[in-house]
Amino acid sequence: MHDLLTGVFFWITLGVCLIGMLARFIMYFRGLSWQLDRVAYTSYPAAGFKGAVRSIYKWLIPFGTYGWRTQPFIAIAFFGFHLGAVLIPLFLLGHNLFLREKLGISFFTLNADVADIFTWMAVASAFFLVLRRLVLPEVRIMTTRYDYFILLVSIAPFITGLLARYQVGEYSFWLNMHIFCGELLLIAIPFTKLSHVFLFFASRAQLGMDFGIKRGGMKGTKMAW
Amino acid sequence: MPEGKFCNKKPVDTAEGINELLSDTSGNDYYKEMKELEVDSDLLWKTIQNTVKSRMKTWLEICAHCGMCADSCFLYEVNGRDPKQVPAYKIQSTLGEIIRKKGKVDNEFMRHCMEVAWAQCTCCNRCGMYCPHGIDTGIMFGYLRGLLYQQGFVPWELKIGAGMHRVYRAQMDVTDADFVDTFEWMVEEYEDDYPGLTVPVDVEGADIMYTVNAREVKHYPEDLAEAAILFHIAGENWTVPSKGWEETSLAMFAGDWAACKMQVESVYAAMERLKPKRMIGTECGHAHRATVVEGPYWAGRKNGQPPVESIHYVEWLAEALNTGKLKIDPSKRIKEPVTLQDSCNYIRNQGLKKATRDIMKHIVEPGFFIEMSPNKEHNYCCGGGGGFNGIGLFRKQRNIALIKKRDQILETGAKLVLAPCHNCWDAIRDLEEVYEIGIRWSFLKPVVVKMLEIPEHLRPEE
Repeated sequence: MHDLLTGVFFWITLGVCLIGMLARFIMYFRGLSWQLDRVAYTSYPAAGFKGAVRSIYKWLIPFGTYGWRTQPFIAIAFFGFHLGAVLIPLFLLGHNLFLREKLGISFFTLNADVADIFTWMAVASAFFLVLRRLVLPEVRIMTTRYDYFILLVSIAPFITGLLARYQVGEYSFWLNMHIFCGELLLIAIPFTKLSHVFLFFASRAQLGMDFGIKRGGMKGTKMAW
Repeated sequence: MPEGKFCNKKPVDTAEGINELLSDTSGNDYYKEMKELEVDSDLLWKTIQNTVKSRMKTWLEICAHCGMCADSCFLYEVNGRDPKQVPAYKIQSTLGEIIRKKGKVDNEFMRHCMEVAWAQCTCCNRCGMYCPHGIDTGIMFGYLRGLLYQQGFVPWELKIGAGMHRVYRAQMDVTDADFVDTFEWMVEEYEDDYPGLTVPVDVEGADIMYTVNAREVKHYPEDLAEAAILFHIAGENWTVPSKGWEETSLAMFAGDWAACKMQVESVYAAMERLKPKRMIGTECGHAHRATVVEGPYWAGRKNGQPPVESIHYVEWLAEALNTGKLKIDPSKRIKEPVTLQDSCNYIRNQGLKKATRDIMKHIVEPGFFIEMSPNKEHNYCCGGGGGFNGIGLFRKQRNIALIKKRDQILETGAKLVLAPCHNCWDAIRDLEEVYEIGIRWSFLKPVVVKMLEIPEHLRPEE
C-alpha cells in the first residue's frame, strides 16, 4: 500500500495537480475579454501590471488591507490556517526528504518545533473557521456542505500527519492515511473550490488590472485596498 | 399571457410607446402583467453561455462563502444585519442560482431577482474592495440587471428611462431644441450680471465641449447658467453640442446595453464632429461613469477611452482653482462645518478623490471641512445609487437605505453637505425630507459662483 501511495499514485496526483493548475491558469487569462469585462487589458500593460501586483501583494500581508483590519478575527484565523497550509507541505523536513528521494530536489527545511507550531496553528484555525461558519448568521446562510467538505479535505492531511507524528496508534497506518489525504488534496485542487490556491492570484490580478487601468490607476490614484 | 401590453421583453423605442407606459400610473398594470410574463429560458441560458466567461465564472466558483463582504455592504448594515443582505449571498442566490439551473427558472424567481438586483444592490462596488478573492459583486449585479432587462423583468421607471435614451438620446423627453433653447434662455437671464455671457453652440475646435444631465434642462436650468458663468469667468473657450449633449444613462441602471451604446455614441459623435480638446461633463456621478468610464467599451473602443480626453466637472473645477483661472474671494468662503459626499461612480470607480479635496481647500475656510467616516474610496453609497432613487416600487427599501448616509452626516455635525453628483444630491434631499435632520445640501457650482472674485473687465458697469 505504502509503495503504491508513494509510487504511482504520487506521480499521478502530482501531475494532475500541476498540469491542471497550469491549464486552468492559462484558460483563465485567455478567457478574459476586454469588451465583456470592460477593461482595456492589452492597451495599458504597465498600468495593468502595477495594479495587479498591488492588488495581490496588499492582500497577502496580514492586516495589509482595510478588509483584514476591519475583521481581525477572520484575518487571524485565515492567516493562521493558510500559513500552515502553504509552509508545511513545502518545508517540512519529512516532506523534503521524500521530495529529494523522488524528484531529487528539496526546499528549505523548517525547524521541527516551528513546523509543529504551524501545524497546530492550521488545525486550530480550521476549527475556528468551522466555528465561524456555524455561529455567524452572515456566514451560516451561505455555507453549504461543499464548504465543509473543502475544509475537511484541506485539514485532513494535517490531522493525519499529526496522528502519525505523535504515533497515536499505528504509525504506518496514519502515515499511509496522511499520504492518501495529501494526494486527495492535490487531485482536488484543480477541480474544486480549492482552485483558489492559484485562481486567487488570477482573480486578484484581474481586479487589480481593472482598478489599475480603468478605475483610477491611470488617473494616478492607487487603490486604497 | 406571456407578453403583456406594458410589460414585455421588447424595449420601448418610440415616443408613443413611452407615453403609453407613462399612462399606466405608477406602473400598476405593468407590474400586474409582470406576474404573468414568461421566462425565455433558452434565451437566458444562451446569453449566459455567451457572456459569462473567465472573470465571472471564477468569481462565482471560488467565492469561499466567508462572509467578509457582509460588513462592507451598507444595505446589510441598515437592514438589521439581515444575512439575506450579504453581498455574496445576494449574488449566489440570484445569478448563481440562474446559472446552476441553466436558465430554467420561473417567473416568481425572476421577480425575486429583480428586487434583489435593484433594491438590494446599488452597484456601488464597495464590497469588491473587501473580498480577499477580488470578487466585485456590484459588477455581477450590473450584469444580472442586463439579463433581467432582456427578459422584461425591469422596474417600470427604468424601462421608461431606457426608452427615453432610445428615443430622445436623453434620460427625459428633452429634445435637442429644448436643450439649446433652455441654455440660451438661462444665459440671457444672467447677461446683465455677467456682461458678455453666452452659450457657444456647436463651435468646432473649442478647448472644452460641455455635456449635461437632462434633468438640469428640465428641472434645474439654473445649473446650466452657473456652468456658463464659471466657464465665462475662467475665460474658457467652450461649447455645447446641439446634439449629443446628454451625458447620463438610465439605460445603464436598467441594464439595456444596446441603449447604453446608442446613448454614448451620440456623445462621441458630437466629439468627433466638433473636435474639442476636452469633454467636460456636469456634476453627475453615473453620467461620468457611463460616458467616460464604461461607455468606450459599449461603443467598442478597444483602448477604453472616449474619442477625446473626457473629465469630470470636479477635475475641471479643481484645475481652474489650482491654476488661478477661477479665484475665490477669501471673505466669502464657507465658514460653517461642511462635509462632502464622495460619489461611488467617480471616486471609488475612477479615483478622483484628490480633485474634490482640492476644491474644498479653496472654498472652505480652514478648519471647517469635516470628512465623513469612512470617506474617499471607502465611502458608502448615498443610498439611492444605481437607479434606486427613481423606483417607486422600492421606495420603502430606498428610504431605509438612506439611513447610512443620514448617520454618517449626523456624525460629522455639519449642517451643509456638498454633493457633486445628481444621484447623491437627490438621495440627500430625500433623506432630509424623510428624516428631518436639519441639513442643507448643494452642488458645487452654485456655491462657487457666489464666492468668485470677478476680474475687473468682466464686471457689469455700475
